[in-house]
Amino acid sequence: MQWETVIGLEVHAQLATKSKIFSGASIAYGAEPNTQACIVDLGFPGVLPVLNEEAVNMALKFGLAVNAEIGERSIFARKNYFYPDLPKGYQISQFELPIVGKGSLTIDLEGGTQKVIGITRAHLEEDAGKSLHEDFHGMTGIDLNRAGTPLLEIVSEPDMRSIKEAVAYARKIHQLVVYLGICDGNMQEGSFRVDANLSIRPMGQEPMGTRTELKNINSFRFLERALNFELERQIDLVESGGQVVQETRLYDADRDETRSMRSKEEANDYRYFPDPDLLPVEINPARLDAARQGMPELPDQKRARFESDYNLSADDAGKLTQSRPQADYFEATVEAGANPKMAANWVMVELGGALNKAGLELNNSPVSPSQLGGLLKRIADNTISGKIAKQVFEAIWNGEGDADSVIEARGLKQITDSGAIEAIIDEVIANNPKQVEQFRAGKEKLLGFFVGQVMKATQGKASPGEVNKILLGKLKG
Amino acid sequence: MHNKTIAELGAGLRTGKFSSVELTQHFLQRIERMEGSLNSLVTVTPESALMAAEAADQQIQSGDAGPLMGIPILQKDIFCTRGVKTSCGSRMLDNFISPYDATVTERLMQAGAVSLGKANMDEFAMGSSNETSYYGPVKNPWDTSRVPGGSSGGSAAAVAARLAVAATGTDTGGSIRQPAALCGITGLKPTYGRVSRFGMIAFASSLDQAGPMTHSAEDAALMLQAMAGFDPKDSTSADEPVPDYSASLDDSLQGLRIGLPKEYFGEGLDPAVSASVESAIEVYRQLGAEVLEISLPNSSLAVPTYYVVAPAECSSNLSRFDGVRFGYRCENPHDLEDLYKRSRGEGFGPEVKRRIMIGTYALSAGYYDAYYLKAQKTRHLISDDFRKAFEKVDVIMGPTTPTTAFGLGEKMDDPVTMYLNDIYTIATNLAGLPGISLPVAPVNGLPVGLQIIGNYFTEAKLLNVAHRFQRESKWHRQMPVGFE
Repeated sequence: MQWETVIGLEVHAQLATKSKIFSGASIAYGAEPNTQACIVDLGFPGVLPVLNEEAVNMALKFGLAVNAEIGERSIFARKNYFYPDLPKGYQISQFELPIVGKGSLTIDLEGGTQKVIGITRAHLEEDAGKSLHEDFHGMTGIDLNRAGTPLLEIVSEPDMRSIKEAVAYARKIHQLVVYLGICDGNMQEGSFRVDANLSIRPMGQEPMGTRTELKNINSFRFLERALNFELERQIDLVESGGQVVQETRLYDADRDETRSMRSKEEANDYRYFPDPDLLPVEINPARLDAARQGMPELPDQKRARFESDYNLSADDAGKLTQSRPQADYFEATVEAGANPKMAANWVMVELGGALNKAGLELNNSPVSPSQLGGLLKRIADNTISGKIAKQVFEAIWNGEGDADSVIEARGLKQITDSGAIEAIIDEVIANNPKQVEQFRAGKEKLLGFFVGQVMKATQGKASPGEVNKILLGKLKG
Repeated sequence: MHNKTIAELGAGLRTGKFSSVELTQHFLQRIERMEGSLNSLVTVTPESALMAAEAADQQIQSGDAGPLMGIPILQKDIFCTRGVKTSCGSRMLDNFISPYDATVTERLMQAGAVSLGKANMDEFAMGSSNETSYYGPVKNPWDTSRVPGGSSGGSAAAVAARLAVAATGTDTGGSIRQPAALCGITGLKPTYGRVSRFGMIAFASSLDQAGPMTHSAEDAALMLQAMAGFDPKDSTSADEPVPDYSASLDDSLQGLRIGLPKEYFGEGLDPAVSASVESAIEVYRQLGAEVLEISLPNSSLAVPTYYVVAPAECSSNLSRFDGVRFGYRCENPHDLEDLYKRSRGEGFGPEVKRRIMIGTYALSAGYYDAYYLKAQKTRHLISDDFRKAFEKVDVIMGPTTPTTAFGLGEKMDDPVTMYLNDIYTIATNLAGLPGISLPVAPVNGLPVGLQIIGNYFTEAKLLNVAHRFQRESKWHRQMPVGFE
């Protein structure tokens, strides 16, 4: 039987505020356990939450970016359940009237096609702490530094019909929240987490199958693997006469499998009700306008502009704008005088490769955009060849200074003087009579050999175009 | 010294007739002598009280002293006080030393009030007789076989017995006004949001409100002046200007329109209490007020509405008491569930458990609409009754409680009868309105309270109306036998 996959995603994006959503404690990552939890985060008797308005502003930016309905009123609700890392015994979240209502996001698929994915809602909530089960001799340690960290939970419609679409959607949301500056997107530190709902149904059937929810996915690779595993599991189950049970399943990356965490019957009754400690959030037009003013250029807009302003291919523009730091780096490089196409290539291929090899992020690049721009200018004006440029790039990377000073110090300036090149070519021809004979007998492949010899003699500084031209003339003539 | 008002004592302090240290010692001695028969206090803090008194004396000598400077008061044990046990009347918090001060505590300390200690109360403010306290029942100084009312029973009994000049209380369904009435003192529950709830251990967040418990309206004005005002730490506190509550105390009541809700004078009201209240209203007539009968047609919905809303909120508010971070933890828990079950099972008393269970039920899937949502709707109806009434009248008057103080143990086995003791006070909490109870003519030697309800943020008017009565009456100056 042909099965259709139906996937919906819930993304938890940690908002990049300075302090927590309901207290003044810092949310910086990696502090000593329980050093960033104040009495409000600890849920002490008598304490009260006070909403961090910056978290609201960030949620509004997201809402605007996905063209969502944004109501005039949004309400915080309590989600009640007991767990040691949930200090109050309830999580402040939103239930009815979330801050961001229905919206949509267009994703790009292979072959240049696009698809619109519905966004059901996005709501603000506080994160819980962490339970640490190791190192405590049968006891559990609780670290409440993360408790009260602001999260935006973005819920999609079950609109994705393949694992590829699901991954593309997750990546697009990731790109968007990082672009908006509302999330650092660091998946290893848990700043961006994905829960996936997956079900299958016979191709062409209208009613949805029973879904399972996959939790604990903290990379796109794991998302793909978890969905693959779960899809196969469901198909095997149904095809062997079984039934999918509605349940929450945990993805275990070490074993690359999902396993049951709790069934629907074991699910908590969260007893949501409006939090009486917090007033409804009123979103007036002025506030929405202010959020709109603060919106950066979004990825799709930027891509279109790169195509038209820099004459880049759709593919290059798309790749460059995939991350905002990369797009910004590219523009700064062009600003520094580089040819846009060359800059696109160098940013993505040379710089990208070097960073990758060194395990560095773009914002920690040893080569600045102005240094790269300076280098590319020297290729364009024929001061150096593309090949020499790679050497110069390495030198800049190693801290030897700007392109011009490296070229100067190392004497890498290209020899464009045809008289000088001719002399060297004559010498090469004179020293290799056998090869000249073979070439003239029709073995034209040997041109590469001669070019190599000339380059060796000039330490690569001869202009390759010039060398080719003169060599051909002399060999054939 | 102990039968003087804050204003009188303040004058004595500022003119050097006595010092705050002397005044504080005087009250500490009274506590030592008399507290045993009342059980009105959970904690007495003589050392820090005397230190605060010394500091107040210096401040007074420097000539820069407000009306509360050096005045000995008590804090209900629901307000967090840094470095002092804050029990909330519960075994759950018997070991809890608060690391911070409630805003109310902080403001009163800044005003120079000297805290003598922490007053007993119903466990987590859940009760109308002060019998649910982990520290045992408080006794009514007018008759120690009777209850003082609750939940601010310790505050009321201590102020009535002159163990302190004034005390703080909290009122979720009548917890300031009802004990004030039963103990013969003046108790004001301000408009919801007038006084910060930060540091006040939550019972039902949408209803809880702190207020003063004093001998007189004049004293209540001075206390409220220090307590009231916007607090950025409490999102539900009102960003409304705080008027000078003392300035309008003596305003004329000529033409004041008083509404008497017929529902507050019906079945269940003790005829003698009714007569006492009516004689007080007669005084107002003589002061030039106009008395009208009004109706609050949805009054009968108040108690059932309250017993859905308050338990629902408390079931969630009290989830934090789980034995993990502070408070009571059971011995040798063998797993997490055991830790939760026994810590909460052993740490909470029966009334608290009853309300947690009612509230959990009311919020559960499948019952939410029928209970919680319905209660929100009836709450609106109740507020609407008041809104309409205040189109016709300036204040509403009636009895604070249906009867005088009842006997200890009399209603403990019948929660519903106990709940009905708050039948006249609960509606104002649901509507968020201010109310004051002041002593009128006693019945058989037991105090009776007149309740005056005002529109939102009309505390100054309530204090004015109460004060004008107290200018004509002596009930607020009477002392219980044995505590003179």
